[in-house]
Amino acid sequence: MILQRLLSGNTLPVLTVVGFIIALWYLMAVVLNAPWAYDQAGRQGVTLGFDDLVAATWSQDRPRLPAPHQVTAEFWKTTVEVAPTSRRSLVHHAWITLSATLLGFAMGTALGILLAVAIVHNRAMDASVMPWVIASQTIPILAIAPMIIVVLASLGLTGLLPKAVISMYLSFFPVAVGMVKGLRSPDRMLLDQMHTWNASRTQTFARLRWPAALPFLFASLKVAVAASLVGAIIGELPTGAVAGLGARMLSGSYYGQTVQIWSALVMASILAASLVALVGLAERVTGRLMGARP
Amino acid sequence: MTAGARAPVIEARGLSLTFETNDGPVHALSDVDLVVEKGDFVSFIGPSGCGKTTFLRVAADLEQPTSGSIRVNGMSPAEARQKRAYGYVFQAAGLFPWRTIEANIRLPLEIMGYSRAEQRERVRRVMALVELEGFEGKHPWQLSGGMQQRASIARALAFDADILLMDEPFGALDEIVRDKLNEQLLALWRRTEKTIGFVTHSIPEAVFLSTRIVVMSPRPGRVTDVIESTLSPDDRPLHIRESRDFLEIAARVRDGLRAGLGDEI
Repeated sequence: MILQRLLSGNTLPVLTVVGFIIALWYLMAVVLNAPWAYDQAGRQGVTLGFDDLVAATWSQDRPRLPAPHQVTAEFWKTTVEVAPTSRRSLVHHAWITLSATLLGFAMGTALGILLAVAIVHNRAMDASVMPWVIASQTIPILAIAPMIIVVLASLGLTGLLPKAVISMYLSFFPVAVGMVKGLRSPDRMLLDQMHTWNASRTQTFARLRWPAALPFLFASLKVAVAASLVGAIIGELPTGAVAGLGARMLSGSYYGQTVQIWSALVMASILAASLVALVGLAERVTGRLMGARP
Repeated sequence: MTAGARAPVIEARGLSLTFETNDGPVHALSDVDLVVEKGDFVSFIGPSGCGKTTFLRVAADLEQPTSGSIRVNGMSPAEARQKRAYGYVFQAAGLFPWRTIEANIRLPLEIMGYSRAEQRERVRRVMALVELEGFEGKHPWQLSGGMQQRASIARALAFDADILLMDEPFGALDEIVRDKLNEQLLALWRRTEKTIGFVTHSIPEAVFLSTRIVVMSPRPGRVTDVIESTLSPDDRPLHIRESRDFLEIAARVRDGLRAGLGDEI
């Protein structure tokens, strides 16, 4: 029964792809780490057989590409074997990044919706703000992030908020663009209908534009939440690698700890996937409440 | 309809509307004079582009005339709209997909600020009127096209507008459903004593429903004939469509349509 359900759903295709990726990963680990392994063997005057080569490339301390089991071991060690309050715990760092992500996501969503409402209801805003919104996203975030940190620090704001601001900077954009489209999505006839009832702008917004925009909002939120996480991680890079997943990656690269970098990457992708899945769940619940066709 | 003191409900004088398009001006309405009296069931019939929908939209303050005057209940269309003098039924049902049928019919009442109790009472009454009891909690996609259109009519009846403007409300429905809805609409009109303006493409539909038929023609959109129906408004079974009187009126409508088109076809 369970096996049948597993085979009929998405599980099998997903597992197949995951298996393929892991196989490729192991293969690339051999290829990329081989020069170092040959070099070491050469110094010791031994020749490497194929088995020895594979074993050597999959167990280096500072490999160019750590093998999956090395990353898994590191991940296990830093999540399960240390207390989550410890500075060596990946859970501790993930939580710091997540809190900045969530705050930035909330601020970005609010800003994006506000901008969209203003753009849809005001011709001057439509003509003047949209080009700036688009221009804001053409500036490389890596260039502007340190400046945001420095400027906010000089205003006495440090810690969570500057990272959340960078996160907001990345996440308001998809929300604003999606909501402008969503708030304009009701067709002419429904707007005419509201007009014949002499509905006010507020009534038309609350009863027509807003509900019609919700599907667009959720599509945007999925992009925005992932962008928020990227923003929070980038925000942690110029803070001097104090804490958070970004800090783990930076300190990992300072000391050539590739295994640490990769386990932070894995943690970041787990976070991103969970956040997107949560938005998807909220979307389905809302859809059901709004009587969407199943 | 009993002929009492018949007051003009819609009164158009020299009404013209020209749309400026990239291909030059389009004369949707040209010098239209027309009076719709209280209790009338007036059909507007004519080929596409004759301005029948535009006339309805001008009366509903959805389009602004270029020249001429139009009064609705003695007011400008904008005032009439603000006083909620008319209900408008569009070509498609135009139900809000995220609202149940009940909530859709309640929508204009919410907007107009009726009390909760009053909303409930009115929704119940008009749902009975269009025979949709039992479908209160359904969403629009769960209903057939004909039922959706009935819900749309119920919505236009829910508040106390004594004018009902209908823009090809049954155009997208199949013939059998259409016949049934035509019968129901007539019964409803008799019971509620509303004034109805009804746009249609179909000659039998126009003759079957109307007390007066306004025949229009395109380029420029104008009225070519106004036909008073000789059929009794109170007794119109479906089979009246095979009667002599019916066929004579239909023939006159057809002649009017043909004359209006001139040598275009």
